[in-house]
Amino acid sequence: MNVDNLSPDELSPDEKRQTPAFSTSLKQIISFAITFLICFATWIILSGRLDFFHLGLGVIACAIVARLSSTKLISRRGIENLPRQWFRFVCYVPWLLYQVFLANLHVMSLAFNPRLIEVIDPKIIRFKSKLTRPMSLFIFANSITLTPGTITVFVSITGEFTVHVIDEYSGLSLPGEMEEKVAELMGE
Amino acid sequence: MSLLAAILIISGLFFFTGGSIGILRFPDFYSRLHPAGKLDTMGLLMTMTGMALYTVQEFTLAAIFTSLKILLIIVFVFITSPTATHAILDAGVRAGLSPWTAPGKGERE
Repeated sequence: MNVDNLSPDELSPDEKRQTPAFSTSLKQIISFAITFLICFATWIILSGRLDFFHLGLGVIACAIVARLSSTKLISRRGIENLPRQWFRFVCYVPWLLYQVFLANLHVMSLAFNPRLIEVIDPKIIRFKSKLTRPMSLFIFANSITLTPGTITVFVSITGEFTVHVIDEYSGLSLPGEMEEKVAELMGE
Repeated sequence: MSLLAAILIISGLFFFTGGSIGILRFPDFYSRLHPAGKLDTMGLLMTMTGMALYTVQEFTLAAIFTSLKILLIIVFVFITSPTATHAILDAGVRAGLSPWTAPGKGERE
């Protein structure tokens, strides 16, 4: 997806106008710490050894990685509303899973349908999304692709979506409710 | 717990079966991607959750680490699977393959 290429620092004009609540150096430390913690948690899970030697290696490796890439993972400008955003994301995931489950059942029923060729009606639909931030476009595009029956073909940077849908029913939900949820999630 | 794990794994396998049958029965490249890319994700979610539950039954540190690793697999697949599906489909569009449309319904875009 083209939205991947943008740096996460690209924010909508609204957020640029906000006065920063933290100083730049503090933000650097926070984004470093969060990246470090995520890396280290993954390290512990994957290594599974809790002795001093392995944890020490983990600390060194995670510190190097976090130092090099903390600006990539967490954008410094939006750091004030990060906890709220993560909370919203945690709320969004179960809803998405439920949608994925419903849509999966639908595609399953299609796959087992004896009159498959008459039932399905693949076509390509285009619509303009009201989302503007690259990250929300990225989440929305991936959510569309995760939901069976719809695959994102192309997303332009201005939010024009091209989606391949398998039948009438799958296309009904677009853009609709999912877009609302993503907009709410990203605070747009 | 063991029963719940078994139910999850079996229903996950059911989704995998549906996905495979879908790949065989759907008419063209684009529509085959639908069962291939997504029913797999669902099947994987269910089987992996089932296995994580089954592993964590003993409740030792090693078992917890194993099931956390299994959960990590789910997270990574949920990020990579839509991206990969999209990349394959985009490659098809760029190569100029036109999608199959139902006979008689073709010109309705």
